[in-house]
Amino acid sequence: MAGSPVQVTGTVLTTRRVEAYHALTVVAPAVADRFRPGHFVTVGVGGPHTSMLTRRAFAIHDVKPDYGGTVEFVFSVRGPGTAWLAERRARDTLDLVGPLGRPFPLPRDPCTCVLVGGEYGSASLFVLADVLQRRGCRVDFVLGASSADRVFGALRARRMGETTTLTTEDGSLGMRGEVTDVLAGVIADARADVVYACGPMAMLRGVTAVCAEFGIPAQVSVEQAMACGVGICMTCVVPVIDEDGVTRMVRACTDGPVFLGERVRFDDVGTIPFDALGAPGGRHG
Amino acid sequence: MAVDLRSYLGHVELPNPVLTASGCGGTGRELAQFFDVTRIGAFVTRSITMVPRAGRPTPRMAETPSGMLSAVGLQGPGVEVFAERELPWLAQRGARTIVSIGGGSVAEYTALARRLAGAPGITAVEVNLSCPNVEDRGRVFARDGSAAAEVVASVRAATNYDVPVIAKLAPDVADVVSLARLCVDGGADALSMINTPLGMSVDVDTMRPSLAAGTGGLSGPAIRPLAVRCVWQVHAALPGVPIVGMGGVMTGRDALELVLAGACAVAVGTALFHDPFACQRILRELEELLQARGFDRLADAVGLAHRPAGAGPRNRIDLEESSL
Ligand SMILES: Cc1cc2nc3c(=O)[nH]c(=O)nc-3n(C[C@H](O)[C@H](O)[C@H](O)COP(=O)(O)OP(=O)(O)OC[C@H]3O[C@@H](n4cnc5c(N)ncnc54)[C@H](O)[C@@H]3O)c2cc1C
Ligand SMILES: Cc1cc2nc3c(=O)[nH]c(=O)nc-3n(C[C@H](O)[C@H](O)[C@H](O)COP(=O)(O)O)c2cc1C
Ligand code: FES
Repeated sequence: MAGSPVQVTGTVLTTRRVEAYHALTVVAPAVADRFRPGHFVTVGVGGPHTSMLTRRAFAIHDVKPDYGGTVEFVFSVRGPGTAWLAERRARDTLDLVGPLGRPFPLPRDPCTCVLVGGEYGSASLFVLADVLQRRGCRVDFVLGASSADRVFGALRARRMGETTTLTTEDGSLGMRGEVTDVLAGVIADARADVVYACGPMAMLRGVTAVCAEFGIPAQVSVEQAMACGVGICMTCVVPVIDEDGVTRMVRACTDGPVFLGERVRFDDVGTIPFDALGAPGGRHG
Repeated sequence: MAVDLRSYLGHVELPNPVLTASGCGGTGRELAQFFDVTRIGAFVTRSITMVPRAGRPTPRMAETPSGMLSAVGLQGPGVEVFAERELPWLAQRGARTIVSIGGGSVAEYTALARRLAGAPGITAVEVNLSCPNVEDRGRVFARDGSAAAEVVASVRAATNYDVPVIAKLAPDVADVVSLARLCVDGGADALSMINTPLGMSVDVDTMRPSLAAGTGGLSGPAIRPLAVRCVWQVHAALPGVPIVGMGGVMTGRDALELVLAGACAVAVGTALFHDPFACQRILRELEELLQARGFDRLADAVGLAHRPAGAGPRNRIDLEESSL
């Protein structure tokens, strides 16, 4: 099965710093083999007798054929788990489960795609761009972050993209502002057919709103706190409108993380919408 | 020689004592990507409710030292969808399925038991008593012996005679032994413990509770000593009642600890989030530990820690047992 995840104990091949971020490359042929752009991995942190029981999720940034197959992910230090990861060195081992999640759906025919990344969210977009370009698609990038050192992959975007637009909130790189301030212009200039986006929830909501104005689909990859990553703990849910028009609380880890933006009820994230299936006092069937 | 790992819940035989804990194994399909769910003692479903439930808002989870807080709120599709889509999938594969049920009133538990009675593929019914009683201002059944006993009795009456009913208890009650006794008097064939005690954490950055629900259930190794204590006390008081022990089982050693305290089977919850292969690994480790200690049968280890201090190792115990 192409999509079915595996658990591997992988050896760290290289570690590097990329501006504000850390990147780890891990030998994991079984994960690399099954990889599609948009997949993520979860990592056990803290070693064999760890007191940190929940796995940490990271988008797969790159896979390479070296040593039978390697997986690279990019992260910023947020809490104790990512702090532990930042201390890993070459030849350490890591407990990985992956590839996980629903990858980015790909267009059947060549078309024009705008890829939008916020902070480390852009990490998952370059393998996607590669697959899209091999299918004859045009790719334009819009990358943004709070400051220049937090814009991930600007050089690579410039190399790969037909155009690349950068934004920072402090104006230290590219335009001052947010990706959503420039997105409409990029979509119009490129005559984009579809937008792919990965980044903070507020950015995805803004991207979805811009796409709605143009009547084009936004494929967004959401981030929700996860404990298991494989669909068994039910902690990672977001309100999503199903094909039948009914809102359900669905798991970001297995039903996502990639959703059609217009289906995600961004305004209601963190609540149970009153009209969701099974909402208290609400609809039951 | 291989250890005889068979475990009995009432008259129902399980090939081995390792189960999934309710609410921690999804529908079975998710874990089936990693291992054969028919190989474990039994698959325990999340608590099934009468109508679909959307659950609690997010964040539903916060990691705590050696544990986690969760407030999922019994999200699920309701008993109809469960009986039509989820149970048949498990039954077709030959998985032994213990269906956990959760309700807000005695009538709701009874209706659930009735709906499930006769459905093929049910090995046992587990009654999750850690649900708020809507008829008692939300006091959970597990904290009110008479309400718990009433639920158990009505579920027992509505369930096929050959399907054991297991009452699931929580540790944060005044007297777990008296609760256990009331449930057994109400007709419970077995007990499972422990459900998650209530906990809370506050995020010092946002200066708000970490969970949207405020409080949540604490699980993982952080609660293992509570689980061992509950199993120990209840086994001492009711030595003939089968106990499914759970709470922070991460390894075969942890499972053996609960067995020695009096559990005849062990359920694995939070460990599955960390390691989707946890059930199989724990089973293998438990078998190795029993073997290394010279046990031929798991049953001989159940409650062994209760032997008097100074009583010799195993041969002495064998004598005591054979003189029973
Ligand atoms: C699908 C997906 C892809 C991700 N990709 C990346 C990536 O490429 N690079 C990157 O730096 N980060 C990524 N994240 C976020 C990353 O998982 C968190 O930053 C990380 O778990 C924090 O762990 P910690 O121990 O440092 O922080 P803590 O805050 O101490 O974490 C405590 C707990 O909360 C969970 N948690 C906290 N914040 C998040 C969050 N935002 N998302 C998910 N779980 C969270 C952790 O898993 C852990 O269980 C991704 C998250 C998801 C869901
Ligand atoms: C996310 C989560 C969901 C749970 N859902 C249920 C449930 O639906 N019904 C139930 O009886 N117990 C539920 N539990 C409790 C577990 O079955 C178990 O009793 C408890 O977590 C202790 O075991 P552990 O430490 O191995 O997780 C849940 C626990 C967790 C962490
Ligand atoms: S993270 Fe456990 S169900 Fe999604």
